[in-house]
Amino acid sequence: MTVEDRVELTDAPIDAAAILQRLASPADGAVSLFLGTVRDHNEGRAVLRLEYHAYAEMALRTMRRIAAATRARHGVTGIVLIHRVGTLEVGEVAVLVAVCAPHRGEAFDACREAMERVKHEAPIWKKEHFEGGEAWIEGCSTPPEAGG
Amino acid sequence: MVDRGGADVSDPLIEVTVKFFGSYREEVGEETIAVRLQRGETVADLLSTLQAKLPRWAAYEHVPMVARNLEYAAVQEVLCDGDEVALFPPVSGG
Repeated sequence: MTVEDRVELTDAPIDAAAILQRLASPADGAVSLFLGTVRDHNEGRAVLRLEYHAYAEMALRTMRRIAAATRARHGVTGIVLIHRVGTLEVGEVAVLVAVCAPHRGEAFDACREAMERVKHEAPIWKKEHFEGGEAWIEGCSTPPEAGG
Repeated sequence: MVDRGGADVSDPLIEVTVKFFGSYREEVGEETIAVRLQRGETVADLLSTLQAKLPRWAAYEHVPMVARNLEYAAVQEVLCDGDEVALFPPVSGG
């Protein structure tokens, strides 16, 4: 039994427990969950909050493609990708990746791969507010191959 | 004869919508601009046109990431009338 992929951008807090409850299936022996949270420091600066901005239409399309590719490659039965937008305080969940699968191997692998791809491919940016200023954080990734 | 954007292909000019994201939006001071190009011009030609129009943005050191109609695009891609092109710095989600 498979569960439909769930891919979202949201400006509301992410409730991991509620998401896991809906993802679990009796046929699966493994659920892998990754939460990316807002850290209180970066490059020696005390971080106050982060502001996330997305090119929503493209980010959702990219995340849907990542979910489908991850499911096909690892044979997982359910996948959830949720990214926050807007202003987040220290400790809040910025990104959630959850995967369910029959066994732990594919659940771990799929969760990590989906998270890495979201980070490098989804058009989302963060602006850091720290004590004494603010700065855009720019990734170091090269553009994914054109055409996906 | 009309192309995808509904324009007359005998018109030597096309118009594309350019969207800026992340730090670019602040540098440019606009979210979206319309740019007229010659039919047959590429993403690279669009970037050259913008570098001339937007010197502050052009001073950025890195190569911008480019998406065309919601997909990452290569600089040699030929643009069509009505295309939506997005320019942004390396992504930093997560």
